[in-house]
Amino acid sequence: MTHISVKVDGTTYEDDVEPRLLLVHYLRDRLGLTGTPVGCDTSNCGACTVELDGAAVKSCTVLAVQADGSEVTTVQGLAHDGEWTGLQRAFHEQHALQCGFCTPGMIMAARDLLREHPHPTPDEVRQGLEGNLCRCTGYQNIVLAVLAASEQEVTA
Amino acid sequence: MTGTTEREVGRARPRKEDARLLTGQTNWTDNISVNGLLHLAILRSPMAHARIDRVDVSAALERPGVIAAFSGRDVAEEMGSLPCAWPVAEDTVVPDHPPIAVDEVRYAGDPVAVVVARDRYTAADALEAVEVDYTPLPAALDIETALAEGTALVHTDKGTNRSYVYRATSGDYEAAKAQADVVLTRRYHQQRLIPTAIEPRAVVVTPLAASGEFTLYSSTQVPHVLRVMLAVTTGIPENKIRVVAPDVGGGFGSKLQVYGEEVITLVLAKRLGRPLKWTESRSEAHVATHHGRGQVQDIEVAARSDGTLLGLRVSLTADMGAYLMLLSPGIPILGASMYPAIYKMGAYDFSCTGVFTNRTPIDAYRGAGRPEATFAIERIMDDLAAELGTDPLELRRHNWIRHEEFPYTTIAGLTYDSGNYEAATDKALALFDYDKLRAEQADRNHRGDTVRLGIGISTYTEMCGLAPSRWLGEMRYAAGGWEAANIRMLPTGKVEVVTGTSPHGQGHVTSWCQIAADALGVPFEDVEVMHGDTRLATHGMDTYGSRSLVIGGVAVHEAALKVVAKARRVAAHLLEANEADLEFADGVFSVKGSPEARKTIQEVAFETFASHDLPDGLEPSINAEHVLDPDTFSYPHGTHLCAVEVDTETGAVHIRSYVCVDDVGKVVNPPIVEGQLHGGIAQGISQALYEEAVYDEEGNLVTGTLADYLVPAAPDLPEFVTDRTETPATSNPLGVKGVGETGTIASTPAVVNAVVDALRPLGVKDMRMPCTPERVWQAVKEASA
Repeated sequence: MTHISVKVDGTTYEDDVEPRLLLVHYLRDRLGLTGTPVGCDTSNCGACTVELDGAAVKSCTVLAVQADGSEVTTVQGLAHDGEWTGLQRAFHEQHALQCGFCTPGMIMAARDLLREHPHPTPDEVRQGLEGNLCRCTGYQNIVLAVLAASEQEVTA
Repeated sequence: MTGTTEREVGRARPRKEDARLLTGQTNWTDNISVNGLLHLAILRSPMAHARIDRVDVSAALERPGVIAAFSGRDVAEEMGSLPCAWPVAEDTVVPDHPPIAVDEVRYAGDPVAVVVARDRYTAADALEAVEVDYTPLPAALDIETALAEGTALVHTDKGTNRSYVYRATSGDYEAAKAQADVVLTRRYHQQRLIPTAIEPRAVVVTPLAASGEFTLYSSTQVPHVLRVMLAVTTGIPENKIRVVAPDVGGGFGSKLQVYGEEVITLVLAKRLGRPLKWTESRSEAHVATHHGRGQVQDIEVAARSDGTLLGLRVSLTADMGAYLMLLSPGIPILGASMYPAIYKMGAYDFSCTGVFTNRTPIDAYRGAGRPEATFAIERIMDDLAAELGTDPLELRRHNWIRHEEFPYTTIAGLTYDSGNYEAATDKALALFDYDKLRAEQADRNHRGDTVRLGIGISTYTEMCGLAPSRWLGEMRYAAGGWEAANIRMLPTGKVEVVTGTSPHGQGHVTSWCQIAADALGVPFEDVEVMHGDTRLATHGMDTYGSRSLVIGGVAVHEAALKVVAKARRVAAHLLEANEADLEFADGVFSVKGSPEARKTIQEVAFETFASHDLPDGLEPSINAEHVLDPDTFSYPHGTHLCAVEVDTETGAVHIRSYVCVDDVGKVVNPPIVEGQLHGGIAQGISQALYEEAVYDEEGNLVTGTLADYLVPAAPDLPEFVTDRTETPATSNPLGVKGVGETGTIASTPAVVNAVVDALRPLGVKDMRMPCTPERVWQAVKEASA
């Protein structure tokens, strides 16, 4: 067991974890933060994307011990006082989600994308979300949502 | 209802479902945790076909944290055989299908043993300690040779790899053929696909040992069907089983199933008296969740030299995989009536042979039989046009049912109630700029450009809204096709709609709110929709086959009308008027001629709750249920046009534009409809260009992970231009037709037709799916050799 200290969505947690425990399982099974889902086991789908010290990572490819001393933001930490971020609003308004399973990862990846390209072209949005799979939407409305959000806000 | 307020049906309401999904307040099955929860892991066969000589779980049991471990033989009696509800022919061969294999494994992925442990890591680790001795057996791995002499038998005791032969004919095909100037024969291949809903499956069972009751949570499309089947399979009384489909992350037919893991988790939770969870890994899903498509299609069309179709013969060989799952035999038969599509002809001869192979079972995948049918007819229409030297669009126009000919009974015996193929096609052509693209294509061909342009057409229809119960009975399906809706008027005027449909991304909550709000005259915000729990939604047939709106949504409308009718009696009494003198508009009952005498439906709901002053003998409730069994199918249609650029030097296919005009009848929520089309088209394009479940010579799934099986990401798909025509269905009062599968059904042939169209001047006559760069390059090379 290894002792870790991780700040997740603003709360600091101290835990002893198996060194092999994946960050996503730490979030889901230990902290009960089930807003971040697991969609694959080869890091292809991106459903589990979170922010680790401000950068998007697939939390199925990070060990919990690697997050020791770090700050993690999940989709559950985005809204403040019930106020959604621009991306959440844009996903809602553009109908950019259907079943919603890929949505947390998609939004976290889109945040990363907008940090790097505050005003992306549609092509840049598509390229920037290449690591996140959606089986419902055909991506068209996701692209529109990210473009819509880019004109409103770029979160840090 | 007539009124002055804006109608909800037709409005672009953002979805009520979104708030939880956007903020992570979700309830996926794998999220569920209860005290004392144990975790189940499944050891699966690494071989396509083998005899099981020995299974020894004793070493696994010694691992710390392991609670129990079982071989198939240990639990065979309690688990029974997984059900097939659709033996399409009287003599269908239905093999025994133990959820955990006992004597033989019949596909790579067949469960062999299970381990139950304190946590998922311990359970997975302990699988390594289970010892299994196999004797490899020869395997049947190819649809085309499954019935050949000398091919290994998947089920030795059955003496054949043939599961069934289904035949349906109409008119005299041989006579039609004898009159034909042109007879074209083609063999098309529908590759196996892996449905890949982004949420892997999961099952949680919480037992109440004292009363013998079980709650089973599953990422299923069909909680109601599942409950019946679990009871039949395990012998646990149906009224002791509650099935819940919590948030479900996509299905596309792959969760329209009664899976071994559902039975295993239920039976072991019962045996152990402990809550139990099984969660599928993605790689496990690739072998354990049923696959789709998998057909060889032999098609023959007979026509006059002017292009007039005379007859069509379809002979399918359909892969069932190793076992018959819930609907496996029926899937290709769902397409049986769709091969004649939108075209008039005098003779039709359909047959399908279902065969076993030592591979993951095949069952419903988006469209289920109808994409295969549409692909074949739309491909051969293009090939026939090429043969006759006419424009493929002209050939279609020459043969399709004209709008003034509806209702029209096709040679396959379906009566299409409505449609306007001319209008949809004209609109699509204008959006696509067809003539300009044809000119560019001619120019590129003339120049011998290394990048060729191809134009693909697909003018499709589909039968959806599955299905009239009598039809299902005639087709030997075990259940009915009705759907239920229950509307509860609460004392405060709020409304609860309980639906038997079980959405997993389709937005039923929002759409059903719109339908109920219109019929009841209440605000959209005042309606809640509940679903997916057999204790709450006691009556239902669930969600598949583009049925939910056409049957379940219409049932909501009808139930609401019943509420209004019941409320009318109460309102008349309260207003001291005759029922016949009451008008109902915008949720208000008023007396004709004296509009100040009025009662809102919310007031009536409260008065009914109080029941202080109801007519003598009147039941004190205005709640209502409606169970709707459709008389017929609905028939969405449309025209999809695809332009591709094909690089003849690299084989790369680039979709330059994709235009579709669909007629799905009346639209309840336009963005939801468009979203369904986008996702459907994406999946159809993906079959055309990207996806294929590939097996090696030993029967191992080569595309066993998402790293090997290409599910398209955003850069792999084009922007879709979508538009609509609106010819209301005449078969239901809302005029709706269904949209869940249209995109998938229409798009695959549009793309492949475009690829072949691009390469036809080079001598390429067909392209096998998926049209990968390697295949395209090879085809160009072979054609020029």
